[in-house]
Amino acid sequence: MPALNTGDTAWVLAATSMVLLMTPGLAFFYGGMTRAKSTLNMMMMSFITIAIVSVLWVIFGYSLAFGDSGSAYYGAFDLSGLGSAVNELTNNGGVYPIPLLAFAGFQLMFAVITPALISGAIADRTKFVAWGVFVTLWATIVYFPVAHWVFDFGTKDDAGNITGAGWLAALGVEDFAGGTAVHINAGAAALALAILLGKRVGWRKDPMRPHNLTLVMIGAGLLWFGWFGFNAGSALGANGTAALALMNTQVATAAALGGWLLVEKVRDGHPTSLGAASGAVAGLVAITPGCAFVAPWGAVLIGLIAGVVCAMAVGLKYRFGFDDSLDVVGVHLVGGILGCLLIGFFGTHTVNSVGIDGIFYGGGATLLGKQAIGVVAVLAYSMIIAFILGFAIDKTIGFRISRDSELEGIDVTEHLESAYDLDSRGGASGGGILASAAHASPKNTATEA
Amino acid sequence: MKLITAIIKPFKLEDVKSGLEAFGLSGLTVSEASGFGRQGGHTEVYRGAEYTVDLIPKVRIEVLVDDDVVDAVVDVIVASAQTGKIGDGKVWVVPVETVVRVRTGERGSQAL
Repeated sequence: MPALNTGDTAWVLAATSMVLLMTPGLAFFYGGMTRAKSTLNMMMMSFITIAIVSVLWVIFGYSLAFGDSGSAYYGAFDLSGLGSAVNELTNNGGVYPIPLLAFAGFQLMFAVITPALISGAIADRTKFVAWGVFVTLWATIVYFPVAHWVFDFGTKDDAGNITGAGWLAALGVEDFAGGTAVHINAGAAALALAILLGKRVGWRKDPMRPHNLTLVMIGAGLLWFGWFGFNAGSALGANGTAALALMNTQVATAAALGGWLLVEKVRDGHPTSLGAASGAVAGLVAITPGCAFVAPWGAVLIGLIAGVVCAMAVGLKYRFGFDDSLDVVGVHLVGGILGCLLIGFFGTHTVNSVGIDGIFYGGGATLLGKQAIGVVAVLAYSMIIAFILGFAIDKTIGFRISRDSELEGIDVTEHLESAYDLDSRGGASGGGILASAAHASPKNTATEA
Repeated sequence: MKLITAIIKPFKLEDVKSGLEAFGLSGLTVSEASGFGRQGGHTEVYRGAEYTVDLIPKVRIEVLVDDDVVDAVVDVIVASAQTGKIGDGKVWVVPVETVVRVRTGERGSQAL
């Protein structure tokens, strides 16, 4: 049994922290794109997802995704029991010289951001409690098992036998950091919920332009930074594969940013800051599954294709009439599908000894076929289950706030807060404390005097 | 006494302010405003979706003056706010019944 490697461990711990930061980054990215009256709710949907999924993970989520029951479709129905694993090494299709808890923490951050990604499709109109219920159910029934399908390469025993690998991983679907399990998964659920909840009041009639593009740019920057942890961290070690993933992530994102702006310049006349931020995210999404399986020149082309195609795909919602408010489908679903399928063309064993050659390297269409199976399986499962869960929530506790609340603004009606007070006149009075809080605090001597 | 209200382009505020100071006016009130006239709005494009921005940001200036200088002050404002392009704004004048200086209680022209 190999000894723990401190360099690998240090990198995975750092990468874990970077991936955590992506969810608040997503909150900025989405929050800036909503109207001022619903930005807090948008950001809270990401923050509550961190809270819910982290707790689920330690109770049963890790076990359901990576537990060893021998099934190809789910981990195990045990409690995670992570406390007893302090001195164990990671075993995922082979032993990695990092603590199991580092792997579990790293994978937790993926489980956190995936449901959070969905929230952009249902901005401005979702009951906060219903969102929490949805996140709990969707993470449990969809994300944890799908993570097992894709990310669990099984447990390798001392004799070299592997048991309990996920069915897509065993099939040979190449998804290094989550094109299927994260982006297609979230994008498909986003499409289901956008259809189920319906359009925002006044969609395509009232102005719904982004209220703060500087927040969007900050969010895109944080996502870009965190994504190095996401992709290069998925090597689970400080090694050449991690470096390849990092380089590919950078150049694909750069090319996608340029590709999106090119479409805007040609089609609309002006390259926009929202386009730059969106293009960067589209590139990050598209390179996620293939970042350790393609050469950097392939990454540039994957990014460029994703930037151009996603820039055009965000217009589809107007043609089909569904209000995917912040384009989760156009960026994450479309970008995820592109990224997964393009490995079938650009994949090569020359950069990764376990990689398989795609069409451009004389490998034929076998890999592309496997990639397509992965895409369709995750897309269909996530979308169907999200629709059923959403329908059930809507018929019981209600999934959408009232029309009046939506018009007034969800920040005030769901959270009793306003994001901004830029008025020097204040416009509010008081500054007192609630009766319940006053009871427990010392008497205010100023009022007695 | 008259109240002169001027709606001007925001970047012309400094010119108008210094013009009025040079004229010898001792005070004015400025507030942010928005609206549209013959200029109309402009369009912005976000992820390929076009929005028409109808309400253009403007600055509103209000000054209280004695009857005998009204025309001269209006001329100063118009001259310093003019670019000759569409959207330069409007100036109008209304009569004022009385003015009180809060600090001293002075009334009428003395309060100006």
